[in-house]
Amino acid sequence: MAERNLMKGNEALAEAAMRAGCKCFFGYPITPQTEISAYLAKYMAKNGGLFLQAESELAAINMVLGAASTGTRCMTSSSSPGISLKSEGISYIAASDLPCVIINVQRGGPGLGGIQPSQADYWQATKGLGHGDFHVLVFAPASVQEMVDMVVKAFDKADEYRMPAMILADGLLGQMMEPITFPEIKPLEVDKSWATNGHKNKREHNIINSLFLTPEVLENSVNNRYKRYEKIESEETDAEVYLCDDAEIVVCAFGATARVAKSAVNTAREQGIKVGLFRPKTLWPFPKQELLDATRCAKNILSVEMNMGQMIDDIKLATECKIPVSFFGRTGGVIPKPSEVLNEIVKIGGAE
Amino acid sequence: MADVYKRPHAYCDVPTHYCPGCTHGIVHRILSEVIDEMGIEGDTIGICPVGCSVMAYDYFNCDMIEAPHGRAPAVATGVKRAKPDSYVFTYQGDGDLAAIGTCETVHAATRGENIVVIFINNTTYGMTGGQMAPTTIPGQITQTTPYGRDPLVQGYPVRVCEMLSTLSGTALAQRVAVDSVPHINEAKKAIRKAFENQKEKRGFSIVEVLSTCPTNWGLTPVKALERLRNEMIPYYPLGVYKDVNVREEGNNNA
Repeated sequence: MAERNLMKGNEALAEAAMRAGCKCFFGYPITPQTEISAYLAKYMAKNGGLFLQAESELAAINMVLGAASTGTRCMTSSSSPGISLKSEGISYIAASDLPCVIINVQRGGPGLGGIQPSQADYWQATKGLGHGDFHVLVFAPASVQEMVDMVVKAFDKADEYRMPAMILADGLLGQMMEPITFPEIKPLEVDKSWATNGHKNKREHNIINSLFLTPEVLENSVNNRYKRYEKIESEETDAEVYLCDDAEIVVCAFGATARVAKSAVNTAREQGIKVGLFRPKTLWPFPKQELLDATRCAKNILSVEMNMGQMIDDIKLATECKIPVSFFGRTGGVIPKPSEVLNEIVKIGGAE
Repeated sequence: MADVYKRPHAYCDVPTHYCPGCTHGIVHRILSEVIDEMGIEGDTIGICPVGCSVMAYDYFNCDMIEAPHGRAPAVATGVKRAKPDSYVFTYQGDGDLAAIGTCETVHAATRGENIVVIFINNTTYGMTGGQMAPTTIPGQITQTTPYGRDPLVQGYPVRVCEMLSTLSGTALAQRVAVDSVPHINEAKKAIRKAFENQKEKRGFSIVEVLSTCPTNWGLTPVKALERLRNEMIPYYPLGVYKDVNVREEGNNNA
C-alpha cells in the first residue's frame, strides 16, 4: 500500500528531494523556508548525502554550481530576499548549462518585506532571475502533495534540459500540513559526460564555463539554449483547468491562491454564475495554449494573486488581449479570503 | 636522450594571453609540475577566478570550472563535498580573493575545506587595467589611486596569509615569491605541500604568490621583479604563517 504521511510542506519537499536522488544541499537560514534545511540537516547524512550550511546565499548557490559541475544532483533553498542574492549564481549556472533545483518559499517584499506568504517573485522567477538571456523552469505547487511531486519532476527536467529548475512556493504551502503520498521514484538517467569530475586520464579535460569573448561564439551559445527553450515551451507546460468548459468568467490563479480561488468558484457556481478556474502549474513555460483553450467561452478573466498583478501580462499575451482581464490581489503577506474573491466574481458577473 | 626540461603534461600546449613579463606563466608551470609529479591530473578539478587568470581553464589539462568573481572557494567547496576523493584547487588574484571574495575565502578556510588555494598577489587589478587592489601598498599609484594609496582615505592593505593563519581550519598559509630561482623552487615546494595536505585531508591550504604586473605597474619585466623584491617583500614578508605539519606557528621569514 502506498505510504501515507501527514507532513509540513517544507519537510515533505525536503524528503522528496532526497528520494529523488539529491545528494548535496547547500543552504542559508531564512524564514519561511528554514524547515527544509533543518530536515535535511537531520536526514541527509543518514541517507548518504551532504547537508552544508553556507556562510551566505552567494556561497550556497556557488556551492551548488560546484556540485552540479560534477554531475551530482543538488539543491538550494531560500526565500525571496535570499533568492535575489542567489541571482548572480543562477545566471552563471544557467549560462554554464548546469542542472540544479532551487526552492523559493516566497515571503512579502520588496526589501526585507515580511515573513508571511507572498507571490511577489513571479516576475523575478519567470522573467528576471539574473542578468542575460536565460530562463529557468518554474513550477508552482498548490498543495503539499505537489511540493513533493514537483520537486521530483524538477530534478528530472533540470537534468534532461541541463538547466536550473525552481519550485516557486510560498510561506503558506511551506508551513501547512497535509496528508501526502510519496510516489515511486525512479530518477531519470541522463548522460553527464560533460561533468568536471576528473578525467581519470580517459578523456580530454572538460571545462564548465560561461565566458565567451568572441561575440559570435557567445551568440551561438545563447541561440542553442533558446532552441532548447522552444522545445520546453511546446512540451513542458502544465495547468489545472477546472469548470472552464462553459465558463464566462475564468479566474486565473497559481499556488496557494488558487486554492482560495477554487473555493470562491465553487460558491459562485452554486449561485449560478458560469465561472471556472485556470491554474498554471508551470509559470515558465507559461501554459499559453491551455489558457486559450480554457477561455473559449470567457467574456472576462479575473487574475487573483498575492502580489500587485504580476501574472496579468502573461495572461494578456496568451489571450492576445482579446478578453478583458481584471485583477484582485493582496500583498504584504495578507492571504486573499474566498469571500473577497467571490465578491470580485459576483461584481464581474453582475456587470455583464 | 632523456628530456631534462619539457612542458608538464598538466600544462596545455597553447599560447596564453598573459602580457610579456607576467609571472602567471611561472606559477602555472610549477603548479602543473606538482600535478604531474603527484600523478593526479585525472583526479584534479581546478577553479578559475575572474581576473587575469579567468581563462586558465584553457591552460590546465585537468577538468576546469570558471567561477563567478570571488566565489571560487565556494565553487571548490561544492566540488570537493560532492567528490571528496578528487583534488580541488582554486587559482585567484588579489581582487578576486581578498576583496569581492573575502567572505568565501575566510569561510572556506575556517571550515577547513580540503582544498588548495593559489593566491596571486600583484597589488593591482590587472584584467581591468590597473585599479587599486585590496593589496595595493600605501603610496602605490594605480588608476583609482592616481595620487598614491592614502591609508587615511583608502584604508590599509590586507595581509591574507597573516589573517588566515588565525583560523583553526587553515592547514597551511605560506607566502612565496617568483622573482628568483631559489624563490621559485620554494614556491613549488609550498604548492606541493598544499596538495599533500589535501591528500592527507589536513584542511585548507593557501599559497600566496607575490607576483608582478609589468603592464599595469608601467615597468619593464626586470624592473618589475626589482619592485617585487624591494617594495613588496618588505611589506608582505615571505614565510610560513601556519603549517599544521610543524606545530609551531609563526613567521619564518625567508
